[in-house]
This record gives sequence, structure tokens and C-alpha cells, in this order.
Amino acid sequence: MKKADKFVINAAGRMVPTIVNGKKVIPFKGVNKYRPTHKGAAPRVPTCIDYPKDGNKIIKTLKEALIKSGLKDGMTISTHHHYRDGDYVANMVFDIAAELGIKNLIWVPSAAFPCHKPIIKHIESGVVHHIEGSLNGPLGNFCSHGKMTGLGYLRSHGGRYRAVADGELHIDIAVMAASASDMTGNSNGVMGKHPFGPMAFTKADVKYADRTIVVTDSLVDFPCYPWEIMGNDVDFVVILDEIGNPEKIVSGTTRITKSPDRLLIAEYCAKFVEAAGILKNGMNFQAGAGGTSLAFVHFIKEMMKEKGIKAKSVVGGSTKFLVDMMKEGLTEFIFDGQTFGLEAIASLRDNPNHIPVGIFEIYDFHAKGNIARMSDVIVLGSTEVDVNFNANCVSHSDGRMLHGIGGFQNCMLAKCTILAVPSFRDRIPVIKDEVTTLVAPGELVDVIVTERGICINPLRKDLIEATKNSGLPIRDIHDLKKEIDSICGIPNKPKLSDEAVAVVEWIDGTILDTIRKVEK
Amino acid sequence: MAKIFEAGNYGKAIRSDCKVSIELTKSGGLKIELDSKVKVYFGDHIISLVKRELEFFGIKNAKILIEDRGSLDYVIAARIEAAVKQAVDTDKEYLLPAIPENTNHTNKDRYRRSRLYLPGNTPKLALNAGIHKPDGIILDLEDSVAPVKKKEATILVRNALRSVNFYGAERMVRINQLPMGLDDLDYIVPHNVNLILVPKCESAEQIKAVNHKIAEIKKEKKIKYEIWLMPIIESALGVINSYQIACAENVVALAIGLEDYTADLGTQRTKEGTETFFARSQVVNSAHAAKIQPIDSVFSDINDMEALKQNVLVSKSLGFAGMGCIHPRQIPIIHENYAPNEKEIDKAQKIIKAYNEAKEKGLGVVSLGSKMIDAPVVKRAQQTLELAKIGGKL
Repeated sequence: MKKADKFVINAAGRMVPTIVNGKKVIPFKGVNKYRPTHKGAAPRVPTCIDYPKDGNKIIKTLKEALIKSGLKDGMTISTHHHYRDGDYVANMVFDIAAELGIKNLIWVPSAAFPCHKPIIKHIESGVVHHIEGSLNGPLGNFCSHGKMTGLGYLRSHGGRYRAVADGELHIDIAVMAASASDMTGNSNGVMGKHPFGPMAFTKADVKYADRTIVVTDSLVDFPCYPWEIMGNDVDFVVILDEIGNPEKIVSGTTRITKSPDRLLIAEYCAKFVEAAGILKNGMNFQAGAGGTSLAFVHFIKEMMKEKGIKAKSVVGGSTKFLVDMMKEGLTEFIFDGQTFGLEAIASLRDNPNHIPVGIFEIYDFHAKGNIARMSDVIVLGSTEVDVNFNANCVSHSDGRMLHGIGGFQNCMLAKCTILAVPSFRDRIPVIKDEVTTLVAPGELVDVIVTERGICINPLRKDLIEATKNSGLPIRDIHDLKKEIDSICGIPNKPKLSDEAVAVVEWIDGTILDTIRKVEK
Repeated sequence: MAKIFEAGNYGKAIRSDCKVSIELTKSGGLKIELDSKVKVYFGDHIISLVKRELEFFGIKNAKILIEDRGSLDYVIAARIEAAVKQAVDTDKEYLLPAIPENTNHTNKDRYRRSRLYLPGNTPKLALNAGIHKPDGIILDLEDSVAPVKKKEATILVRNALRSVNFYGAERMVRINQLPMGLDDLDYIVPHNVNLILVPKCESAEQIKAVNHKIAEIKKEKKIKYEIWLMPIIESALGVINSYQIACAENVVALAIGLEDYTADLGTQRTKEGTETFFARSQVVNSAHAAKIQPIDSVFSDINDMEALKQNVLVSKSLGFAGMGCIHPRQIPIIHENYAPNEKEIDKAQKIIKAYNEAKEKGLGVVSLGSKMIDAPVVKRAQQTLELAKIGGKL
């Protein structure tokens, strides 16, 4: 079986395969040009009489639970990333699979982190065939060098839910970490010894997987409530000594940047939002947990206080900063899919206006309206952009996949999507003629904010008009690129092989781009 | 064993800099090794720069190691030159083309509300300094540069003056304390520097010496542009002699440095600043008497913006026209608070209005209410309004 076959040029002008890991896929047709008409996936139909009458589904070991779930060669196994770089569960699952001599598994994490480096040895030994999911760090680097047996498959957070619900991605066994569970599998992420927050990334898995195993380090009395996973959806419960380290959730990104240049970028973002008339009562916005995004929240917050403006909602990754905003009455609600830090977890647990939301509601292209699309403004980071406003968030300019795809594509549907980026990093220009990997089509990127100026997408005549007398440094992107090139010099284009190592799926399920093998 | 000559900085926390190591050999040509995180993008370009420069210095056989953390050409060139100059005796200078943005010259009276200190041997801080829009940037050769790094810093500062776009900020260099500082001038004067800060200045003779050396270099290099001086008063003696210093040729501003001054007095710097009140007032008075700008000391707590604001307001009320800063985030606070307040703006507007009306009517005497207004008052009102305008208050 070829990893990737029958290449065509898609509507974005990118050469993409129409066969991936032996399955037929559809090339990108253009933004909002593809609507599937089929019915979605149907989950396996269980029967209550097959489950213990006392509701006690506790199994002694994870190994036993995996065997009882029917683990065998070629299966698709999912885990979630709420513990982020502190997750222990995925490594345990594949260590057990290796011990049992299982081969050719497909791992479908909602995201992989540096802590999952041990999976590399399982790929090399054939236990894992390939990974479908947000890749970064050592695994991304490994995949970039063409060392994965199958083709990598990058889906956005919303795209992962969509693929599962559409029937394109069938999960055989979902192994879901919960910080607290009862014997029946009612479970959540806010109680127990090591809480991590909401369980947004478990929803598709629990609903559609053939078997769901809940693993926890904190068994609580029945009923564990509030339940984000309901015991009715759970096959087995396993109690382990430890399942993850919540201290690693933070991984260094949840502090406001101290860099004066990044603070300037964040300040420009906030001033742009104000000048464009987006800053008003009842606004909805989203800002991630990165240093620049947090600084944006800081500046927006100051402006809101000064002008007496209150937001309707802010979408997390929720942090202490968002919680403080809600406490100060600056936002009525927080919609939360991922929590960073104990203050945010406590708020989620104790404040009814801090609402846990699933990935379907926030991001899925097939939701009947989704929260990201209703957002007035979203500020995101990016590895590269180009003069046509196309954006890359997964690979460096040398082609190596080092960053997760996350919800980046899903956020493109907001009313105003702002990419906050430095104009160059270590002499490497961030603004290119053409992005190395296309992750978001340029027509959906509204504004690019750098420390040397703000570029507005020519398609957004309304934003250009609204901000033309703002005094902000609004510039033509070609002009800005020229300045950057004169500072840095024009970099050589790194040589990439023709061999595909991964594909990037667009939010509608079509194939947007191919990631090529990096030459040594 | 052959001696290895090194210049520059390399390490995990270092960015936009590189370390160059050169070992002269008897034969075998140039053996260049490049270890760089931007090698795939700029490897060929850097290697070719290294070759050209070594050829320029007449080095035919050597082992060269460049350990790079994303440095730009002007940094790499400076580091190579600094390493070469340890290995061989040469007066030659390897100059990259000066960018057109850095050839302008400044007026004596231009605003000098903020001047951002940049350690002269730390390239990463210089690259984006100008985007924060200080009135001036100071490439510092004095306190922020370790004694063993002085020589390579002067070469780097020279290259920065030619190559880094500071987006309209006045290009200043703080030289070392005299007499060492006089040698720094050779590297600075020919490269379109706008203003030179003379640290720990105690007498007009010192300024005379600086002027003399500058004049010599200007004559030799056929330079016509003006180079302004800003002496820094940092001692009890300097305070006493401040008027003579302020009156010296080419001096456009007089700054005060309070850390060294309080050390000289054997006292501690306090938040209230009573211990420095005399010195600050003396400097303000000397500067105004000499019709130049009095410039206040830096405020060193970069996290306390409210305290900075109060500090600026006090400074303004004492009569200072600007102050130093050590972090770009201090710049907008400084500009905003040296700018005239609403009351001052209102008064200035009324004066200008009365002046214009009197002019229209052909009246020789301008009056506002019952008060007579003379020419210096009008001029000050005009300055107030201009300051309000550039401070974003009008």
C-alpha cells in the first residue's frame, strides 16, 4: 500500500494525493465549495444487559481492559490531550500494545506533545502504523523525515470531530483520561487529585467509538457529578496510580509576554480591534493562551475598563486572565474547551457562567452554527504567512512539522481573524511569497499584525475603510515584505523531497495541502 | 598550539549574534565552518560574506568557526573584524554599505523627550529599537559593555550606525569615560552619528577635548555634518561645573546620572529624591541658562509604570525636557507625561489666538486679558502646542 497516491492539483493550487493510507480522499474545492450529502457515522448499538447490574465496570488493569475491548492488529485507538505535555495515558496504551505483540495500530490523539516521544519507538517497531492528529515537537520532526510507516494526517480540532461524526474516521477503542470517575464511568476533569478542566476533546470519541475505557487516578462515589462523560457511554473503568501531570498543562505559554516587540504587536491588535469598531458591548471574542494572545487580552481589558464596555462571551483556552475578566464583570460568559491553570479550573467548577463546551459546538464545520464563527474577533499566532494572506501554523520554513494544527483552521470562520506575528524570527522572514505549508486559505485571514505594521486583506474593504484614519501603521503587505527582506536578506528556499509525509485536511474534510519529506 | 582569536557571543539565550573563532594557519586556504540555525536559508550567503571579508583583510590561510544564532550581516561582519584585529595588526575597516535611512542629521533643538539605552554589544536589542519610536536611541559603549568586550563593541556599534534602521530616532552613542572615550570617536564620528553622550563629565575642558578630537576626524574624513554633544553630569564636581559644561561648543543637552551622583555623595537614591533635588535643580538651571535641554536620569523599575509616570511628572515640574529609558515600554509613558497638560494647552492656545488677532489688527502690543504678552511667551506657547501635537494630545 502506498502512503499517498494519485496526486492532483487542488483548488488552492497545491499538489495533493487522492489516496491516503489506502483510502480515497477528496481534494480541496475552494472555501465553502464542498458540502457532503451523506448521512453520518452510526455508533455501535450496545445493550444494557451486557453490563454489570450494579454498574461497577472497574477492571483491574488497563491491559485487561484493552484485551476485553478486543484490541487487535490494525485498530484505531484514540486519546485526548487535556493534560497536554503532562499526559501519561497514550504512552501506557502503546506500551501495553507492544507487550501484547499488536501491530499496525493507528493512533488518533486530539493532539500529540513532546511527552509522547516514546511513541516513536512503537512506530519503528511496527506497533503504530501512523498518527492522525495534531503533531508537534519530536513526533512532528520524526514524521517530517519520512520515518512514519503510514502518512500523517493533520486535522484541525473541529475537523477531527467532523471526521469521526462523518464516518471517515472510525475509532475502535477510546482511552479517555478523567481526573475523577465513579465505578460506572461517570466522570469529569474538574474533581479528583489532578484536575485538568473541561473534556471538550472526548466528545466524538465517547459517542462514536466501539469501546470506551475511562482511566482515572481518583475513584469517587457514584454518582460522579457533574459528568462530562456519562457512564452510559463507558465500557470499562480503570483506576491507575497516575494518569497525568497537570503542572505540565501550562508548558510555559500562559504568561503575558515580556518582549517589548510582542507587547507592541498585541497592543496594535487591540488598537485595531477598537479602530475597526469591533470593541463594543456584547462582543464575543477568542484569544488563546500564548504570550502574545494573553497580552492582547490585557490591552483589550484595559480598553474595556476605560470605555465601560462589557463582552458577552470570551472563548478559552481559559486562563487566570479570562477568569479575572469575568470576576471584574468585563465578560458575562466564558466558553471553555481547554483550561490552563488552577484558577481557571476552580472557576469552571464553581461558576455557572464558565461553561464547558465540546469541540462540536465551538469548531465543527457541520455544527448548525458554531461558536468560532459567531466570534467577532479571534487573535492567533502563526509560523508563516504569505503576500496572499495564506497562513501556515504547522511547519517551519524548512518544512519541518513542529507545531500542532490545533483549532487554527476552525478560527478562520470568525468575523475578523487576526494573525499576530513577528515579521521575522532569527533573521528568517515570516512574510513569504508563498507559505511552505498551506493551513488556512488567504481569503479567510483578515488581518496580519506585526511589530512593523498592520496588513489588512484587500478583500476586507470594510476593515480598510473603518481603520483608514486610525493613525495605526496600516501597510501594504508587499511593502512590508520588502522592508523585512531588506533587513534579513532573501532566504534560500529549503529543498524538500517529492515524497509526501503528511496531508493537511481542510475543515470540510477535503485535502488542502501535502507536507513533504525534509532532506537531511 | 596555535592561538585562537575569538569575538562575539554564542549560547542558548543569545539571539541575533554570533561567535567567530579564527586560527591562522600556514597553508591550506580558508577552512570555514558554519554552525547556524539559519544555515538552510542563509548558509551560502554567510560563507560568501566571510570569504570576502577575510580576503579584504588579506587573510589567505585560516580555520574559521562561525557559531551563529540568527545574526544579520552587519553583526557577522563586525565579529569577524573584531577577531581578525586580534590576530593581525591592521587599521583597515570592513564597511558594509550604509543604508540611506541613516544618513540624516538632526537639529540642535529637536525634541529629546526619550532616549532609549541599548547595550552596545547586544545586537538583538538594537534591531527593533526604532519601532518603539523613542526620540533617540543610545548605542552604549560605557557601563553596559564588559571591559574585555570594549573593542568588539565599538566595531559592532559602528556597523549598527551604518546598517540598522532606527526609524527616525536620533542616533546617539555613549562613549566611554575619558580619556578612553576619545578613542571610541574614531569608530563613531565618520558614520553619521547624530549625538555623542559624554559620561561622568566634570569640566568644560573634557568637552573641549571631545570637540577637538571630533574636529580632527571630521577634517581628515572631510565630514561636514554637525555632531551634537550631551554631557552627563554624574558627580558633585560635575554639578558645580555644570554651567560651564553646558556652555561648551556643540552641547545641545545636559543630562544627569543619579546612580553615580548619589554614590559620589555617599548616600542612597530614594523614591522621594530629596537627596538629588539640588543636583537636578542645578542641572536644570545650568541648562536653561545656556539655552540647552536639561535631561533627567533613567527610571530603573521597568515594571512600575505608575511610579514612572509620577517620576516624569515631577521631572517635568522641575523643568526637565526629557529623560533616559531602559525599556521600550517606558517610551509612551514618558512622551505622554512630558507633554503639556490640558491647562497648559488651553493657556498656550489662548496666547497664540491673542497673538494672531493682534497681528491681524496690526497691533504692536499683544495682551491676554489684562496681561501683556511678549515674544518669548509666544514662542513658548508655540513650543507647548508642538509638544502637545507630537505627544498625541492635539
